[in-house]
Amino acid sequence: MAIWWARSSSRTIANHIRKCMNYKGGFMEGAVANQSCWSLLSLSHRGRPVSMPSSRGTALCSVQRFKSTVAETQLDLSSSSESDEEQSLDFPGGKVTYTPEMNFISESSNKRVPCFRVLNDDGQLIMDSDFPQVSKEVAVKMYSKMVTLQIMDITFYEAQRQGRISFYLTSAGEEAINIASAAALTEQDIILPQYREPGVLLWRGFTLQEFANQCFGNKADYGKGRQMPIHYGSKQHNFVTISSPIATQLPQAAGIAYSLKMDNKKACAVAYIGDGGTSEGDFHAGLNFAAVMEAPVIFFCRNNGWAISTHVSEQFRSDGIVVKGQGYGIRSIRVDGNDALAVYAAVSAAREMAIHEQRPILIEALTYRVGHHSTSDDSTKYRELDEIDYWKMGRNPVHRFRNWVQSNGWWTEQQETELRNSIRKQLLQAIQVAEKTENPPLTELFSDVYDHPPSNLQEQEIQLRQTINRHPNDYPCHVSV
Amino acid sequence: MSADPKVFLMGEEITKGLLEKYGPERVLDTPITEAGFTGIGVGAAYYGLKPVVEFMTFNFSMQAIDHIINSAAKSNYMSAGQINVPIVFRGPNGAAAGVGAQHSQCYASWYGSVPGLKVLSPYSSEDARGLLKAAIRDPDPVVFLENELLYGESFPVSDEVLDSSFCLPIGKAKIERAGKDVTITAFSKMVGHALKAAELLEKDGIDAEVINLRSIRPLDRSTINASVRKTNRLVTVEEGFPQHGVGAEICSSSASVVEESFGYLDAPVERVAGADVPMPYAANLERMAVPQIEDIVRAAKRACYRSVALAAAA
Repeated sequence: MAIWWARSSSRTIANHIRKCMNYKGGFMEGAVANQSCWSLLSLSHRGRPVSMPSSRGTALCSVQRFKSTVAETQLDLSSSSESDEEQSLDFPGGKVTYTPEMNFISESSNKRVPCFRVLNDDGQLIMDSDFPQVSKEVAVKMYSKMVTLQIMDITFYEAQRQGRISFYLTSAGEEAINIASAAALTEQDIILPQYREPGVLLWRGFTLQEFANQCFGNKADYGKGRQMPIHYGSKQHNFVTISSPIATQLPQAAGIAYSLKMDNKKACAVAYIGDGGTSEGDFHAGLNFAAVMEAPVIFFCRNNGWAISTHVSEQFRSDGIVVKGQGYGIRSIRVDGNDALAVYAAVSAAREMAIHEQRPILIEALTYRVGHHSTSDDSTKYRELDEIDYWKMGRNPVHRFRNWVQSNGWWTEQQETELRNSIRKQLLQAIQVAEKTENPPLTELFSDVYDHPPSNLQEQEIQLRQTINRHPNDYPCHVSV
Repeated sequence: MSADPKVFLMGEEITKGLLEKYGPERVLDTPITEAGFTGIGVGAAYYGLKPVVEFMTFNFSMQAIDHIINSAAKSNYMSAGQINVPIVFRGPNGAAAGVGAQHSQCYASWYGSVPGLKVLSPYSSEDARGLLKAAIRDPDPVVFLENELLYGESFPVSDEVLDSSFCLPIGKAKIERAGKDVTITAFSKMVGHALKAAELLEKDGIDAEVINLRSIRPLDRSTINASVRKTNRLVTVEEGFPQHGVGAEICSSSASVVEESFGYLDAPVERVAGADVPMPYAANLERMAVPQIEDIVRAAKRACYRSVALAAAA
């Protein structure tokens, strides 16, 4: 890993080098040996930007040479001289150099953390990018699922507007995040979603009918009609049931990752969170703990600019979420969330690191929430129509990926039309079937509160059935007993 | 912990002996973030481990209560049985001595009102051993309310209790002292007070039956009702605040004494509870804020028509 300081005044080059070494030594003891070849970025010093060009794991520390005469003799980095002792302090937490200059670390860098992307806005591969190898089969599956997610969202949203389901929440604009991140993981990785990631479940094989059943809360719903729409869950697909309180899944993911670690499994936990969710206390707790426990978990933050009506400028004052990773000692990356290939690459790499190095990774995917927060929201009340339109038409992740897939000769206009028609038909069919399917039976009101129903619930069920028998006209006939 | 490798312990300043015996992978000393380690425990339980999460006191569990209620208690139901949460939350509950308002509240009624949780509160060593075992083995989330002052108290135990497989059933109360004149229900430290009160009452010719509830949720309504039908008088004792308390539940609400055994009562139910104030610090005030043995004796006598009706709860 190479560091260079752009600093015009330094007392001696020796101090400078020592500072460099001590800074690294205290800050990342032992980690140097594990350096992967990805770029790391540090906070600026005295307001001046410091960046590290990407290296492929070579020099430990090379310092830009300034004009100085004392450099040679004091470049022996491994031994500590007397003047070294004077200049570093021992505190709980390790050695740290001291400085008589009072310097505050700036609250922000002049340059924001750059965003990793491999496809340009038109879906063309960028020269010299860290481009992941994706087969035609995987690419076509990814694209198809992105289209499916898009149409599923539109259709269920319409169903809610027609009063057929009570609630819905779309992932419009975040199709690349949903599908590409899922594609980079394996079936053994445990997913803890927030609520805008149904595409992950879609990728893993949840059918349109199964989605519809949950939204309608019928007896085929795996959730037995217990939860409001979009709160999917499937143990079989390693997708933890969606829970409404924000960010609770973050420390839970650390806990699950810890279990995987104890069992020596070659798998990781993946928790999704929005930009708003990072303000919750559980964000701090989850990340801090994961780092301390060295748990194999990926924290995937979908920074889509809006938390219902709260814009990110009102949510935090940091440079997004990626810079917070370092605050917990967590390796992080910022990626273009609307670039399916970049998301795929970042998640694949993160998974490798999480599992082989047993550490948490933070990914911040920048994107835009094209739709309203949910069917209970009208976002035109707090943002411009122009803004929404710009992202919907001009920065669409589905179009972008389609351009790349088509440019490889892997997709045609005809396939597009056929796919869209077929998905739409399947969805309408699924909705019709789900609507006609019976509600869950009465027993499901009382089951699963505990492992075995206790006596008071058994009694209540008996009493309820007796009441229904006595007053059949007051009980809705389409609900089974 | 020795029987099941999936059991592990997490909390602040936890016991040194266990750390030496089982190692740092199974005994985790955590940073000060109740919400954090409770969330982690719940996550670990989702995946199949059996965490025992220790709070320094249950007062601090309020910082994690969202995880206990919304994640642990409700998950099995919300996921339709796909995710069960075999977790135990334990720690000191209720008043200690001279620790003030934020370290003295009793949470039995808060947790006791939540479906999906089981809530236990031991009194004796036998209770502690048998119920904690049952709690750890139970596939549902259990809140285990201990008492700091009882940690130091010794109790005689039989060989059966010392056996490694000793386990008590959840949901069954214990009749600590059989009697025929008045039923006194209590849990945790108050059981000791009730037993001493019973000795004093005996001198006055009142034979009290003391029930150690052991289980707050589910409440052993059949034992309580059978006892009330026998004695026809009831005194409920608890350390916590009176409104919406455990005593309130036993007295009056659904499927409890009033509903099932009203006809058997010869006197109104007497409720002994802590004063309806945040716990004061000064020793003399603290003593007046928590039920004392004399309060239980007076309540029992009122139930037996042995004294003038009171004006305010003691």
